[in-house]
Amino acid sequence: MEATRGKPSEALLDVRGLTKTFGTLTACDAVDLTIGRGEIHALLGENGAGKSTLVKMLFGALEPDAGTILWKGESVTIASPGEARLLGIGMVFQHFSLFDALTAAENIMLSLNDPEPVSKVSERARELSRAYGLPLDPDAHVGDMSVGERQRIEIIRCLLQNPELVILDEPTSVLTPQEADKLFETLETLRAEGRSILYISHRLEEVKRICDRATVLRQGKVIAQCDPRRETAASLARMMVGDEVQAIVREKAAAAREALLEVRSLDRPAGHPFAISLSDIDLTVHAGEILGIAGVAGNGQGELFEAISGEVLQDRADAVCICGKDAGRRDISQRRLMGGAFVPEERLGHAAAPMMTLSQNLLLSRYRTDARALLSAFGIIRSGAVAEAAKRIVAAMDVRKSGEDPEATALSGGNLQKFVIGRELDRAPRVMVVNQPTWGVDAGAAARIRQALIDLVKDGSAVLVISQDLDELFEICDTIAVMHGGRLSEAMPISEASYETIGLLMGGARAGDPDHRPLEVV
Amino acid sequence: MLESILITVATAATPLLIAALGELVAERSGVLNLGVEGMMIMGAITGFAAALLTGSVWLGVGAAILVGAAFALLFAFLTLSLVTNQVATGLALTLFGLGLSGMLGESFVGRPGLKLGVIDIPVLSDLPVVGRLLFGQDPLFYISLLLTLAVAYFLFATRAGLMLRAVGDNPVSAHAQGINVVAIRYLAVMFGGACAGLAGAYLSLVYTPQWVENMTAGRGWIALALVVFASWRPWRVVAGAYLFGGVTIGQLHAQAQGVDIPSQLLSSLPYLATIAVLVIISRNRRLTMMNTPASLGRPFVPER
Amino acid sequence: MRLELVKRPQQSALFSAVSPLIALGLTLVAGAIMFLLLGKNPLDALYYFFIDPLLETWSLHELAVKAAPLILIAVGLSVCYLSNNWNIGAEGQFIVGAIVGSMLPVLFPAFQSWIVLPLMLLMGIAGGAAYAAIPAWLKARFNTNEILTSLMLVYVAQLFLDWLVRGPWRNPEGFNFPETRNFHAYAILPEIWPASGRAHWGFVFAVLAAVALWFVLSRTLKGFEVKVIGQSPRAGRFAGFSRARMIIFAFLVSGGLAGLAGISEVSGAIGQLRPTISPGYGFTAIIVAFLGRLNPLGIIAAGLVLALSYLGGEAAAISIGVTDKVARAFQGMLLFFVLACDTLIHYRIRLVRPLVVRAGEAKAEEVEAGHA
Repeated sequence: MEATRGKPSEALLDVRGLTKTFGTLTACDAVDLTIGRGEIHALLGENGAGKSTLVKMLFGALEPDAGTILWKGESVTIASPGEARLLGIGMVFQHFSLFDALTAAENIMLSLNDPEPVSKVSERARELSRAYGLPLDPDAHVGDMSVGERQRIEIIRCLLQNPELVILDEPTSVLTPQEADKLFETLETLRAEGRSILYISHRLEEVKRICDRATVLRQGKVIAQCDPRRETAASLARMMVGDEVQAIVREKAAAAREALLEVRSLDRPAGHPFAISLSDIDLTVHAGEILGIAGVAGNGQGELFEAISGEVLQDRADAVCICGKDAGRRDISQRRLMGGAFVPEERLGHAAAPMMTLSQNLLLSRYRTDARALLSAFGIIRSGAVAEAAKRIVAAMDVRKSGEDPEATALSGGNLQKFVIGRELDRAPRVMVVNQPTWGVDAGAAARIRQALIDLVKDGSAVLVISQDLDELFEICDTIAVMHGGRLSEAMPISEASYETIGLLMGGARAGDPDHRPLEVV
Repeated sequence: MLESILITVATAATPLLIAALGELVAERSGVLNLGVEGMMIMGAITGFAAALLTGSVWLGVGAAILVGAAFALLFAFLTLSLVTNQVATGLALTLFGLGLSGMLGESFVGRPGLKLGVIDIPVLSDLPVVGRLLFGQDPLFYISLLLTLAVAYFLFATRAGLMLRAVGDNPVSAHAQGINVVAIRYLAVMFGGACAGLAGAYLSLVYTPQWVENMTAGRGWIALALVVFASWRPWRVVAGAYLFGGVTIGQLHAQAQGVDIPSQLLSSLPYLATIAVLVIISRNRRLTMMNTPASLGRPFVPER
Repeated sequence: MRLELVKRPQQSALFSAVSPLIALGLTLVAGAIMFLLLGKNPLDALYYFFIDPLLETWSLHELAVKAAPLILIAVGLSVCYLSNNWNIGAEGQFIVGAIVGSMLPVLFPAFQSWIVLPLMLLMGIAGGAAYAAIPAWLKARFNTNEILTSLMLVYVAQLFLDWLVRGPWRNPEGFNFPETRNFHAYAILPEIWPASGRAHWGFVFAVLAAVALWFVLSRTLKGFEVKVIGQSPRAGRFAGFSRARMIIFAFLVSGGLAGLAGISEVSGAIGQLRPTISPGYGFTAIIVAFLGRLNPLGIIAAGLVLALSYLGGEAAAISIGVTDKVARAFQGMLLFFVLACDTLIHYRIRLVRPLVVRAGEAKAEEVEAGHA
């Protein structure tokens, strides 16, 4: 689509009063947004602020309820992604919209408006990947690719359409700091070519670094428009989340501590074709300590969680020790009885059954440890006691919900996460293992969850946090290790770690072993 | 002797092949339609009745295809527009088809039907052994092989086929890319129904040209098993269908030869073979996981 | 126009209760249309189908006779379906239960004692459960699709029964009819109320089984386990529940109940084995299970409704001369409507006009915001 040049002062995209409602939730409430030519424009906001909804409307994937979109000064209706691409709008999705069973070239082909043979698509993709320094094998299957490679496919797919506006939704959330740097170079090249970029993020430092202007969303409304370079990270954060977020309070933990969770040379072969095999993992978490495990998604974190929680048993009893006792051959219920508590990454469908009520979901992980309180003879459920316990957790974690005992799926991500964490904290476990504690959670809930973990450690428990969010790990951990390709690095005190060293490890810098395979989980 | 056995193997295999190909396309788009048996039996009665009433076998075939597709449309409306459980809805389709065909077919029981003639390609069909096998079969035999070719070409060499596979792999991504997931699935399911209807017509117009209640006798289910057996690849369906055709005809011949095994036990061989094949295939977890369309049987509601 | 589903924040309690009734109503309407097409007076037909069988005591007994196997099988299936195990081979488990339970009176006719009947019932349960264990084990061990294996075993069981009654088990005094000898008095399941009709204790077993399973499913940890694994297998594993054990459990329960239904049918209603001992109870029970919304108490009511459709089919065949096969078509149609109406429990349905953007025109009927 050839650009018809308007007056230089005219904005490329001008959005007025765009509104989208889902049921009772107004995800976007009369949003105004103006993007000039050749600018990198940040769309800031915390999880649930309406950023994704807004860009999906701009890309034709969602239908707005009200409002106008002016493209080069003309009112347009973008009814489908195909129309968006015709106008010159390209998009790189946060949760990649790729097809694992197809090759990179086939993936790209599917988003081209004009059909072309695969061979030609491959060739053009190769040219672009050379031109922008984005290495890519068009004939490889996406299912076998790393997160970084997947993102490169999305970017090349988008650039093949020669777009004038490129939308990137949280592009760095899955990258190592070094990979992110490369991405920024690509973005600057694009800007130099006169293309505009709408850059969605909640990471303030990178926004300050590369963006020319910023629009801040909170609860579906535009709160501010500013030049991010003139703001501080703190002032941007205040715009994003308001003043309701408490700062994390930490106290120095006492020294000389017993080891509560130990993993000793844990090996686990990949259970299915898309899984990562774990090799030779050692870690120790002491009483009063938070150990953080950093890493790009899909490097074996989920597999490690399953192994430690007992969802999958080990061959050797001493591969996992909880509170000094061998747990490798014990199942998850028995490990809970030994003092363990576990919070997996997926809230809906793993930590909680979506269509079940909160009190039923309480029973899910507590029926064994609290059998005496929650069950009577013959396994009859004491529903009164269960409801009581659920209420206690709701109060303790400030879980906001509608109705007396709603289904898990009716809660927002943050509130459900507070519930599933509170469900375990309520037992005052000696060992707590949490995978991605605040993934997709709003800032208020995230702060509350982090504080709760710190408070648990203060009372002498041990906490293992697996997270992709480096800021979070640096904020709450005492020691940190990095997972890459199914291996875990040596843990180091957080005081000795820097973003750069951790970032290099996340990229696999020290994984010089021969059978290191950069497979990725879907 | 051998030649005639091979020819009957082909007639036993052809309906399985046609029905399984249709289901394969539907499953590649991510929809599990367990109603194959029901659509097939409706095709059988419609084909039989329409041929008898109009006097044209080909009108019978056409009517069977239309009814199969119409039944599939009903299934598609429920599972795709109303997002009902695909397994339960497929069962409903089968139960409804079996019941309705029994009701409609009652007046046709015992009446002699029309039979689709064979195409005899001169000279070639006189070749020894393979002559009649390859060049003297009924037209639907040739259509079934052309259909395999067409399905394979469509799925792996056309953009529309790529879109269909993409939808079966990840409907959410497909929707985000602007592919109309529901429309593609409607078409795939209806193609499956048309094939099942055609397969049913084959039974009542070629295989045994008469109407008998429940005459599909589980062939729709065996077709479903064949799709798994073939790990969703068209040419492997051919192999599977002929394997099952062989088992079916083999046990019939054994019965005819008066082998000292009760006929009922021989008749149960195709069903036992289906189980055995399913077990062998499913034991290879890696293979099944790699090949199964990732969204098979999962509901999808487009976000608008 | 296009349909658009809007997810309800909570399941609708109202539609959970009324959706089976709406489905029944729609089936009646569709049935009336069907009779009209067959050239019959729809009101007459529906009367003979659904009212006439309820007017006499003996036919109420027949209703209980037909409902007993449907309810027994369907409550077992509810455990399977709730735990996401698709056992559709109950017909085969019914047959094998009947065969195994009949071993005593057929093979040892001289063994006559009060203990024969209890042993027969237990053997029937064991036979059905063992037959169901085959697809269960294959699924738990090899991940083999249980839908296809359990169904294939139906055909095998039917052929096996056919062989037995024509071959080794044929009644030596039976003039070569394909049937076993008649069961002796100790092997007959007694009637509940012999003075007024044929209803046998199978109906009591059915109601007891339904009440017991209702309690287990709604009040105990086992029932919770069934539902968690069915709705969300990963959450089930996180809870520490074993998927493999649940597969075996669900199939054994439903196979055992199907086997009990089978032996109750032959020893209560038929009195011998024949080539065909079931008018498709095992498949109709699938419809019963869904019409009862997989709730054992609902299944009692649903079983009576479907039993009525069998009787109604016979009544309509005699009185207005439609084929009794109409009943099967009715039953299939009913399941469609049940499934369609269940959508209302989870979604609101709205009709949306195609997207035409014109000033002032609201595009969705429920959404007031128009396009500028």
